[in-house]
Order: sequence, then structure tokens, then C-alpha cells
Amino acid sequence: MEKIGVYVCHCGTNIAGMVDVQEVAEWAASRLKVRGVVIGREYKFMCSSLGQELIEKDIKELGLTRVVVAACSPHLHENTFRTACKRAGLNPYLCELVSIREQVSWVHTDKDVATAKAMAVVSGGVERVIHQVPLEPMKVSIHPDTLVVGGGIAGIQAALEIADAGYKVYLVEREPSIGGHMAQFDKTFPTLDCAACILTPKMVQAGTHPNIELLTWSEVEKVDGYVGNFTATIRKRARYVKTDLCTGCGICWEKCPKKVVDDVFEAGMGTRKAVYTPFAQAVPRYPVIDRPNCTYFLKGTCKACEKFCPTAAIDFTQEDELITVEVGNIILAIGYDTFDAHRIAQYGYGRLPNVITSIEFERLCNASGPTNGEILLKDGKTKPKAVGIVHCVGSRDKNYNEYCSAICCMQGLKFAHLVHERTGAEVYNFYIDMRTAFKGYEEFYQRVLEEGTHFIRGKVAEVNNAARNKDEEGKLIVQVEDTLVGVQMRIPLDMVILSVALEPRHDAKETAKRFGLSCSADGWFIEKHPKLDPVATMTEGIYIAGCVQGPKDIPATVVQGAAAAARALGKIHAKEIALEPFRASVTEAQCSGCRICNDLCPFNAILFHEDKMVSEINAALCQGCGTCVAACPAGAISGTGFSNEQVLAQIEGLLLLNVDKNAVPV
Amino acid sequence: MNNNDTFEPVIIGFTCNWCSYRAADLAGTSRTKYAPNVRLIRLMCSGRLDPTFVFKALANGADGVMITGCHPGECHYIEQNYKALRRFHLMRRTLQGLGVEPGRVKLVWASAAEGAKFAREVTSFVEEVRALGPLNWGAGENGPVTAYHSTRQEALA
Repeated sequence: MEKIGVYVCHCGTNIAGMVDVQEVAEWAASRLKVRGVVIGREYKFMCSSLGQELIEKDIKELGLTRVVVAACSPHLHENTFRTACKRAGLNPYLCELVSIREQVSWVHTDKDVATAKAMAVVSGGVERVIHQVPLEPMKVSIHPDTLVVGGGIAGIQAALEIADAGYKVYLVEREPSIGGHMAQFDKTFPTLDCAACILTPKMVQAGTHPNIELLTWSEVEKVDGYVGNFTATIRKRARYVKTDLCTGCGICWEKCPKKVVDDVFEAGMGTRKAVYTPFAQAVPRYPVIDRPNCTYFLKGTCKACEKFCPTAAIDFTQEDELITVEVGNIILAIGYDTFDAHRIAQYGYGRLPNVITSIEFERLCNASGPTNGEILLKDGKTKPKAVGIVHCVGSRDKNYNEYCSAICCMQGLKFAHLVHERTGAEVYNFYIDMRTAFKGYEEFYQRVLEEGTHFIRGKVAEVNNAARNKDEEGKLIVQVEDTLVGVQMRIPLDMVILSVALEPRHDAKETAKRFGLSCSADGWFIEKHPKLDPVATMTEGIYIAGCVQGPKDIPATVVQGAAAAARALGKIHAKEIALEPFRASVTEAQCSGCRICNDLCPFNAILFHEDKMVSEINAALCQGCGTCVAACPAGAISGTGFSNEQVLAQIEGLLLLNVDKNAVPV
Repeated sequence: MNNNDTFEPVIIGFTCNWCSYRAADLAGTSRTKYAPNVRLIRLMCSGRLDPTFVFKALANGADGVMITGCHPGECHYIEQNYKALRRFHLMRRTLQGLGVEPGRVKLVWASAAEGAKFAREVTSFVEEVRALGPLNWGAGENGPVTAYHSTRQEALA
């Protein structure tokens, strides 16, 4: 019979506050003695080094052959206790961690009931671990190349870190240039660095780095494989420009007769040509032809770009190209979309010309933007005399997004400063709460306060143009309650800037699915642990960085880009990784060759030997889901770690069929 | 014997490692309370669920079985939860054939973000099974199987 040790964790008061841990330990030692439990202990923090030493000591001194730890979720500390067992010479897989915190003490309210359930959970764990067999982790090699998806500042940072360390990176971006949202901005808070001045050197570095293969105007279509061995299929959309010949001279877009409103980079504030690079410092410098808007593709004539191109780089016959790359790690930095301000009809966006969004204002005050950085009303000539900045448009609002978009307070302060500096206008910030955490932010807030910006604490009810008196004529009127004084106010303004929420990309869900990740209810990608592992995901080898994980500002985004790169580099350096050895295998003698399992495997891990009329499972391809194990009518397939015997025994354990009713408590 | 006034159903719940187990974890970390009648088993995937497990649980004293997995289209193993779905329907028909209410087996999709949903589904399933009454399957020569102890006193008795 196995010699089993049962260890019940207090987790401070997290478990002990709701479960009588001492009783659970004693119960296991007496009632489950018939099942091989030789020791039942409780300890304040099993995961502490003293707690682990307790287990190690018992393994050595009592000769334990199995260990059950009743504590938190195995997703938190399974590895901790397995490692402790390994140190004491016990195969790490002979340790079972059952959750009496997430599944018992934290979710139940009656101490009697919770204690009873904890006993059942321990009993299930004991039965399951009896049938566990020693396993060795599977080693797989790590391909040294990395795929970075998204060429914003997060992706650029991640790519540069890895490339500088000497490893190859594929940087995929769906727009014609890398740079992302940051390239659209004018200044960055709180230092007021010009965004282009600090970003473009990094873009150029990424574009010219010998270890970075830039794949712009491209999207990842398919991902197969697992950590260390991913295969990604990337669609390189036709640029209609031969990049080996193009010098980026710009004659083509000068000569192109077709003007198009630029909804992406210029946020609808400016125009571009049908052949274009989104902005002057674009990386790479090659343009793309926007097929749906190109006169040649629409009408069959024009070809002005081709005629004037000095290097004959225009090629209207190009087609999309599908390329596949092998990579060991993937970093997703797909960024965010902004909230569609049309959704809040009472703010008049789209109806009142001088109500604009924050991203439109970024373009408006950007020196390379449509007005060359002059802050002007929609008529293109008048400077505003009074400007309102509405915070939390689409964030912190139960009707749209409950979360805080994190950047709007500081962005509002930045806008207030820029408007004040460039136009001398009166500036009003309409806020719910001012949140200026992090280095240098509060100081910036004080600075803007001192500049004489008005701060009105209240959620704007309405923006309209219905004047009630002479002062309001021709103005936008903001209706708001100043909740600090409890007074309703009507404030006439020339321009209203809506600080729109950051939202997950419109296609974030599909992207998550493509990479096998999950999204939170808000649509942000879920990290492995919100505090301790914010850039890893549940899928080993896939990391997230930047706003894909949740709204954040540029410093935090850069930190995550670098952190994700560090995680990938760690894997690359290790050269191989140990995977959970949970795999299915066929007992040849029992296989009838019915082939039922063959079609069930989505990983094509099951092959059929026509000569022997038996199926075989390729352990390298098997992902361990166990579907074939459940389906085999002959019971010829077994799965390690989650075998039939284990699950059936755990059922008996949970239902307390194993308990010795006559045992006396110790 | 249980009677309906004091009847506390015992439920065995199967979770997949990637979505629904993490939903249960999330219910815990967000301290969302739910009925204590469920005891969970972690599988790698809902596709691992052998119908035998369900019948074994019911035959050994469980009053209901809850099967949980990733939402369709979100399976960590691409499509294996669809196989769980197929088996679920088959199991319900088989149970009906055996004279057991098919409502004793429930299938719930819960993503890793749906801790609150997980908790809600457990609580409502416990009430559904409570309404059906004790199953007492396997109450033969060896006497009825009593798997539930609602208090420490009962557990120690």
C-alpha cells in the first residue's frame, strides 16, 4: 500500500478562517488511514519554505510515496509542491494539490459545511494520487525565432530587445507602417516630449535591424503548434509596389490624382492619396496602393504612379502572398481601438462640427497634421477662445465600459496645456475624478492648475448648440453639474474634445481565438496572473504586451514590451522546455483497429498502421486533451496524469466511499 | 434516509483545465459565493469526459453531474468541447432510457473570465437537482449510498 502524507494549509486565515484545518488533517489521518494516509498535518503557510521542508522531511523520514496538499488552486502552487517533492527524491507527479481555498473557503459561508466539503475534496485527492504513476516531463526544443504581432510601441520595444540580444524577430503589422497609435500623437505626457522625436528613431532601428524582418501590410492568418515550435501563416497583402526597387522618393503619391480621406492615421481629419505611406517618417518607406480607392483598379485607366515612378517599382499584377514562419515564441501587441463617440448621442459628436475626439485633437495639434499643428475650428481659420475637455467618454460608464481607460486624465491635462500654450484660450476640464498616479504626473497636474485651467467635477450631461442668450449664440453649450458646489452650469465653448475610451480591437476576439487565448468580459486579453505574471498567457510561449492586456499609458506599455521580450528570451536561452507529460498512448494488444479515435484528434497525432490494423499516437503531436481516451470503445487508449483509474477513484473519494467509518480520531 | 425538507443534493462537477476550472478559480478569488454541494474534478478538457465517469458518479451516490468546459469555438484543444456536447446529449438519452431524469446532468460553458457565471450555474443546478429529489441509485443490497454530510458532526459520525 502507498504511504500518503496529507498537508492542509491555513493560508493565513484565508482557509483557516472558514475551514477547520486541524480537523481536516486529523480526519484524513484517521478516516483515510485504511487508504494509506500515514500522516495528516496542518501548517500556516504550506507554500513557505518551512512548509515545504515539512513535506520534504516527512518524505525522507516516513518514506512517503504520495503527497496530497490541500491549499490553493494548482494553477498557483502545483509547481511549488512538485518541486519540493522532487527535492526530497519523490517523483514530482506523485504530488496532488487540491484546492480548498478557491473552491471551498473563499466561496462558502458556513464553517461546518465548508469543513465537510474540504474533507471530501481531500479524500478525492488521496484516491486520485494513489493511481498516479511516476512521470518524467517531456523535453521539447525552443526555436530561437520570435513572432511579434503588432508594430506599435509595445511591439517595437519587444522586437528590439530580442533582436539586440541576437535573435531573429518577425514583426508583423497590418498597416503600411509600424508606429501604431503613438505615431499619431503630438506630445507625450508628462514630459511633453514630441512623440515623433522619441518614436521614429526606434522605428528606424526596428526597420533596419539585421535581426528584424518587418512584415507590414500583413496579418497572421493561422497559428499551429505549441511552445517552442509554432508555425504561423502570414498573409502579406499585395502592396502593388516592388519593395526591392522602390526608393520611397514620393513621386508616386505626388502624382496620384486620387485623394482619399484618411480614417486611420489622420483619424478622418486629413487626406492622403490612393498610393500612400501613412506619414512622412513611415517605416518601411515603401508606399502601398489602396486598391479599393485606386482609379486604375476601379476604372482600368490612370497608372499615373507607374508612369512617373523613376525606378519602375509599381506592379499592378502583384498578388497577396502567404508565407509560413517557424517560431518558438509569440508576442501579441495588437493595441487598442478608440470608443466610437457617436454612441453617446447627447454629446453631439458627428452632428456638431466642433465636437471632436481626443485622437482627432492629437492630429489637429500635431505639427505634421492637417493644420500643421495649429489648433483651429472646423472652418479652418478661427482659433478657439474657449475649449472644453470631457473626460471618461465611454469609460467608467455602466452604459458603455465600466473600466477606467487609465490615460484620459493625463491626456486631458496635456490637451489643456497645449490649448493654453498655443491659443491662449480658456480651458475647462470636466472630470469625474482626477487620477494622476505615477512618476511626474501629479506635478504635471499642479502645473496645469497653475496655468489657470478650470476644473469642473461633474459628468457632462449634454453638449448642444441651442443658445438661450446672446453670450451663447454660435457656441457649443456644455450642460454640467459642478458636483463640488452642487450647481447646474451652462458653459459656452468653441470646441469640445471628447476623451474617448480605449477599447479592445474590434477583432480582438477572433485574434484571441486564432492564438488560442481568452478575453476578459471587457474583451482585453487575459494574462496568466494579474499581478505576478502580467505578460504571460495561459498558453505557454505566447505573451501579451501593451494595451491588448488592458488600457495603459506609454511608459507602462514599453515596460510590458520589454518584459514580454525578456520572457521570450528566457525561453530561447534555455533552448528546451519541459512540458507536462500528459499524453495519450495506445496499448497495441487491445486496439481493435476501429479507427474511431482517428478522426477525433484535431492535432493529427493519431496515425493508423494499415499493416498491423492498429492506431498509434505520436507523443510529440499529442496535446493531452484526452478526447481519444474517452472515446476508445476497447479501452485501449490510456492517458497519463488523467487516467480512467484516477478519475474513477477520485469520484469514489469525493463521494466518500473510501472512508473508514469505524476509525477513531487520533 | 434523506427526506425532501433536509435533502442536500451532492453534485460532482467536471471542469476543463483551461476555462471552467479557471472560472471556478476566479469565483474564488472574487469571493463569489455559491452552493457548497458541488465537488469538482479537473480534467484537461471536457472532451476527456468519458460517459462512464458520469454514470459512475450517479451510481455511487451523486444526485447530479455538472459538466463544464470552454465556450464553443474557444476550446484550448480547438474543437474537443464539441465532442463533449455530443456525448452530453447521448448521455441524457441513455439516462432517460434507464429511468433517470436527464435533468440530473447539466452542461455549462464557462470561460476563464466567467467566475460569476460559474457560481450562478452551480447554485441554480443545485436547486434543480434538489427539486428532483435524491437519486438513490445503487441503493440495492448494500443499502443506500449516503455521500453527503452537511456538517462536521455528520462527517465524523
